[in-house]
Amino acid sequence: MLIAVAAIFIAGLLAPYLHMALKKNTVYLLALVPLSVFIYFSTFIPEIAAGETVRQSTPWVSLFDVNLSFYLDGLSLLFGLIVTGIGTFIILYGGGYLEKDRQLPRFYSAILIFMGSMVGLVIADNLLSLFVFWELTSFSSYILIGYYHEKEESRKSALQALLVTGLGGLAMLAGLILMGFVSGTFEISEMLSMGDIFRESPMYTAILILVLAGAFTKSAQFPFHFWLPGAMAAPTPVSAYLHSATMVKAGVFLLMRLNPALGSTDLWFGLLTGFGAFTLIMSAWLALRFTDLKQILAYTTVMALSTLTMLIGIGTEYAMKAAAVFVLGHSLYKGALFMVAGAVDHEAGTRDVRKLGGLRKLMPITAGAAVIAALSMAGIPPLFGFIGKELVYEAALSIPDVAVILIIIAVLANVAVVAASCIVVLRPFFGKEVETPKHAHEAPWLMWIGPVSLAGLSLIFGLLPFLIDSAIIKHTASAIAGYEIDFYLALWHGINLPLILSVVTVLLGVGVYFIWDKFQDSKGMQGYGTLFAIFPKKTYEALVDGLLKLAAWQTGILQNGYLRYYLLTITLVMLVAVGGTFFLKADMNWFPDFSGILFYEYAIVGVMFVALLFAVSIRSRLTIVISLGILGFSLALIYILHGAADLAMTQILVETLTVILVALVLIHLPNLSKEVEVSNAGKIRDAIIAVSAGALVTMLVLATLHLPFDDFISRYYASVSYTEAYGRNIVNVILVDFRALDTMGEVVVVAVAGMAVYALIKMKGIFNTKEEGSR
Amino acid sequence: MKSLILASATRLLIAILFLFSLFLFFRGHDEPGGGFIGGLFGAGAFTLYAIAYGSEKAKETLRVHPISLIAWGLVALVISGLIPMFMGEAFLTGKWLFLDQYLNIDFKLSTPLIFDIGVYLCVVGFILVVIFSLEEEQEE
Repeated sequence: MLIAVAAIFIAGLLAPYLHMALKKNTVYLLALVPLSVFIYFSTFIPEIAAGETVRQSTPWVSLFDVNLSFYLDGLSLLFGLIVTGIGTFIILYGGGYLEKDRQLPRFYSAILIFMGSMVGLVIADNLLSLFVFWELTSFSSYILIGYYHEKEESRKSALQALLVTGLGGLAMLAGLILMGFVSGTFEISEMLSMGDIFRESPMYTAILILVLAGAFTKSAQFPFHFWLPGAMAAPTPVSAYLHSATMVKAGVFLLMRLNPALGSTDLWFGLLTGFGAFTLIMSAWLALRFTDLKQILAYTTVMALSTLTMLIGIGTEYAMKAAAVFVLGHSLYKGALFMVAGAVDHEAGTRDVRKLGGLRKLMPITAGAAVIAALSMAGIPPLFGFIGKELVYEAALSIPDVAVILIIIAVLANVAVVAASCIVVLRPFFGKEVETPKHAHEAPWLMWIGPVSLAGLSLIFGLLPFLIDSAIIKHTASAIAGYEIDFYLALWHGINLPLILSVVTVLLGVGVYFIWDKFQDSKGMQGYGTLFAIFPKKTYEALVDGLLKLAAWQTGILQNGYLRYYLLTITLVMLVAVGGTFFLKADMNWFPDFSGILFYEYAIVGVMFVALLFAVSIRSRLTIVISLGILGFSLALIYILHGAADLAMTQILVETLTVILVALVLIHLPNLSKEVEVSNAGKIRDAIIAVSAGALVTMLVLATLHLPFDDFISRYYASVSYTEAYGRNIVNVILVDFRALDTMGEVVVVAVAGMAVYALIKMKGIFNTKEEGSR
Repeated sequence: MKSLILASATRLLIAILFLFSLFLFFRGHDEPGGGFIGGLFGAGAFTLYAIAYGSEKAKETLRVHPISLIAWGLVALVISGLIPMFMGEAFLTGKWLFLDQYLNIDFKLSTPLIFDIGVYLCVVGFILVVIFSLEEEQEE
């Protein structure tokens, strides 16, 4: 399975080069990649159907229990098949849709990398590698949403999607790590049987909220739903793939995957069912506010995701069944409808349903696919969507306490979806022919093969549900539930409550469709749209703006450009942090011993003190530098007196070069102007801080000397320096041999600093013109 | 602002200073000295040359850009680390070749020596890149 995932990634990396060589034919070769992975996954169907699971593992970062382990059961197999199956059609469709776009190779690359991440995500068995794949999908979707990167709106939407899902992802990572700590393993297949350990853990609430933050942001649940309609700035193949069939389902997938471990608690039920049901009714009706095909579909996608969230929350056997069926049904019809919307946009030049009409004669094949897919979305028999909707109603009725509320919400939401289905297919394809921006004609076969196949599958699975029920769907539902569920799917259940509700739903939905023209732009709908579509987005923008302003404000304070305030800050922090700790914690029972100091040592210190006084009282910068140099050389003299020849040499050389360098720098500085001159109060403040810092360091040194000195390390180096490293200069041997890696790091720092100095000085001209703040 | 005295003195001194820098460098493993000190000394010598003759002349004399000195220094560090790896040992393990076995000189070739050359080059490169950049700035 590792090879299957890797193959898609490699295909993604090679795509631009293949495109150079093969031009138009690249699309066929690339479509073979997901197709072969699809076939590979299909070979596991018999095993899964027999109730077995498959697990493969490759160590990755074994130190932290991160393994590239993969796990196939009914759930991951269904998702794997959806991702690669629809992926094959998306590659073909994208090849047709973006045929004339010069960035097409980038599309291939990004979508294949996304596909590889998505496959990795759904079959991952290790929570941490699942997270890596999860983040890779966010990352590649950022590139895909921002595909039209010349447009500001695309870039903004891409960033918005990345920030929302990325923040949720970080919270989720914390949750996943907590799960690892609680259970002692990161392998999901092992966690699935540890439900009681999680539920009884004191961390349970924290884990649940953190994991839900990840799942809700990814699957666009309220209040994070706004990024998904925004992501419609992506090219349609991307929307069809990421924002309906695959990526947005990752959140729901995670909830399904972890349901046996974290599910069936009151909190789980409350949060999932609550947020799910609210988002469900909110988004379904929001879809009717818009006239752009993709926006309508985007909100019905949010509705579908919240249906799934609600179902997982409900947690009954019916709900598991419904979730498994609904995932497949939705991927089939929504993928098809998005591709249809893209084809209409591509051929007619607009996606606004008010400007479209009568396209069925010009685009008969696309129209056919659209009709079937829309019927499935509306839940009309004999399509697969009908089975899904019936099961959703049954599931909503399966919890007696809240059945009435849930069923009302579900029916009302589906009324809106029926109306939306009518809008997306009746408006563009039926009615009078309308003059469109481009003269429409049938899309190329690359662009209708996908919708036709997916719509066809909706019909086949609806008519012949036994093809998939005991082979896959049953095992998907069992995997979500964590225990064996046995059932068969059928179109006809007899006349029961769900069927009656279905009839009511369709009738009401068609009714809403007929008044839609007035309803869509009514005062109520305008307010509704502002409240749930515009307001969350504005809130997000205000938050991001606020964050940027906060950053600018604190940068202005900390990075004010005045070197002396940097020094002041550093010194003060050291005084407070080190000094505070020192006086609170250290043993203050020391007394300096001055007896061993020789008279010429006093003399040297005297010279140093005079140089110091000179330095602080003089105004000429050059003189200050020179007197500090005297200080340095005197220090070297002390080193020599104590036999540290290496240290003394280094000190002398560094001191010499420092004086030269500082002198060179000083030449460039302007004379201190009056306005930046430090006031007398400032001088006193600086003096106090400087003297305290000096006193603190002195006391630290004296206190250190007072401690017993363990010379084990120096004795060790002295004894092995010649025998093991053939050198008598211990300092040098330590530098270039024993601790060579440290030295290497230091030299690299020197090298980087050198290049930075060079770059800064050379670039001075550039920055002076751009920033006024170069002080 | 060139001084004839400084220029003449530098002309005489520079070779001796460089020799001393190399001397410091090579004796470093056994006596005070080594790549860092030798490098600082060499850089100091070159700085003197740059002050006496101007950085343009100094750059001509150096021939290579100081940043490439840094780059070659880093290369030397990496090479000294990689050699033992080819012999199946850890990165940066010291490897020695005693020449007195073959020739009658007391000299040891070793990967720490290559490492020290890297340090030397980086230090010289760093100081010179700063000095040249600042001097140039001044001339503009």
